[in-house]
Amino acid sequence: MLKDITIGQYFPGKSVLHRLDPRMKILLTIGYIVMLFTVSNPLGLCVGILFLIFAYAISGIPPRMITKSLKPVIPIIIFTTVLNMFFVKGDPLFDWWIIHISRQGLLTAVVMTIRIICLIAGTSLLTYTTSPIALTDGLERLMKPLKKIHFPVHELSMMMTIALRFIPTLIEETDKIMNAQKARGADLESGGIMQRAKALVPILIPLFVSAFRRADELALAMECRCYRGDAGRTRMKQLHYSWQDGVAAAMTVACIGAVIAVNIFAPVMF
Amino acid sequence: MSVIKTEHLTHTYSQGTSYEQAAVSDVNLEIEPGELIGVIGHTGSGKSTLIQHFNGLLRPTSGKIYVDGEDIWENPKEIRRIRFKVGLVFQYPEYQLFEDTVYKDIAFGPKNMGLSEEEIDRRVKEAALFVGLKPHHMEKSPFELSGGQKRRVAIAGVIAMSPEVLILDEPTAGLDPKGRERILGQILEYHREQKKTILLVSHSMEDVAKYTEKVLVMNHGKVAMFDEVEKVFSRSREIEAMGLAVPQVSRVFLSLSEKGWPVPANVYTVDQAKTVLEKILKQGGSANA
Repeated sequence: MLKDITIGQYFPGKSVLHRLDPRMKILLTIGYIVMLFTVSNPLGLCVGILFLIFAYAISGIPPRMITKSLKPVIPIIIFTTVLNMFFVKGDPLFDWWIIHISRQGLLTAVVMTIRIICLIAGTSLLTYTTSPIALTDGLERLMKPLKKIHFPVHELSMMMTIALRFIPTLIEETDKIMNAQKARGADLESGGIMQRAKALVPILIPLFVSAFRRADELALAMECRCYRGDAGRTRMKQLHYSWQDGVAAAMTVACIGAVIAVNIFAPVMF
Repeated sequence: MSVIKTEHLTHTYSQGTSYEQAAVSDVNLEIEPGELIGVIGHTGSGKSTLIQHFNGLLRPTSGKIYVDGEDIWENPKEIRRIRFKVGLVFQYPEYQLFEDTVYKDIAFGPKNMGLSEEEIDRRVKEAALFVGLKPHHMEKSPFELSGGQKRRVAIAGVIAMSPEVLILDEPTAGLDPKGRERILGQILEYHREQKKTILLVSHSMEDVAKYTEKVLVMNHGKVAMFDEVEKVFSRSREIEAMGLAVPQVSRVFLSLSEKGWPVPANVYTVDQAKTVLEKILKQGGSANA
């Protein structure tokens, strides 16, 4: 039951997108987000949609994953759509009592909805095609300049890596402890909210104890292998930009350029 | 009447996906009351999956399990009742301790059964006595105890529910030889005094040979053998073919008899070996054939 929870939604594969440098993928994703928000024109939005469809097509990620990634944000999408539809003022299309829908409102609502959908689907593509470890690695490298202002970049990324590494372990541990307490007759499934919260005590205490024990052991093991933080540390997996990264960057920049050009030469909306 | 009976018990993990895997398939078993059974099989043979069916932690994907002649999944809401009847001690059970005193932790099971205060008190003390915990341990925090003591507290926590069937999954894993002997000795004593059915899952053939009466050998999710210790170990070669080690002493005797020495092939404990050898030696070297 707990095993069904997936954290990090990496989808192993061998597509070009999988092979891109994680740093480049992060940058391109940011670029894509910027592009979505500079769009002020349905034509520009089409560029964004086409770009996304193209990216999904070459990634080999099944399209149903898009709907899966959108599921948690449906309430937000509905909320923004409704707000935009009713509260943007303009030429009235529909008027009744306190409900006013304008042409501009309707358009904004549609554009905003598509924008959010593209935003979520686009960023999900990053996590679908990049393993969590590669992602933290890329983030660390990208944030390296922040070290100049004494921002603990390496420590943060190490924490993220360890946290990601231990999520499956702790899930397994929770499963075991739950089974053990159930075998002693613990009732986890019935009762009111207070009773259920109380029933979690026999699970949470051993879980915390074991998490601390593991942390202790890990710290010791790291120390035994002379881990001393960032100073003088080299990497086994060096990140390198390849020509494919260049192509991907060029394509994204071209798309952003196209959107800006559309904005300048065809400013029909708003 | 058998205390646990399975009919075509099958459990498939991740059914309907590409990861589908039968952990246990078509197991038909009958366990009689009062038996002391050793369960062996290498990692992934399905023994842990099988024992989690006996107390209803796992539900079979097909097949039936009867405890005391009653189909345990006939009424899934009542499954907790089965867990009090069939006590299961997991591997490394000390990691499930959570109360602030040993006493309270042992009392967790009986409390869940809804027993009266006096009955709980009686059972906790009895269980603690069985596993050799001293009264001054009872008010300590379980986290202050040594590894072996913690393990005994956890076992007491299940014994205190006074289950008809007690299943222990590798109760001696990670303990030193003294600790192993102590826990196994206490389990044996519990079996003798209470006449309860006990299933002992173990990796150690020596332990199984020494302490149990019957052996259940699991291989690839199926029951490979289920018979008296003597009969199972007389098929040592088959057991070895499954990738399991037979007791060292039975390997020696098996090899001897294969080489033509007049020794029985089904010796599986050191004590037996001693008796057999003494007998042969007394016959005055006639064994030198």
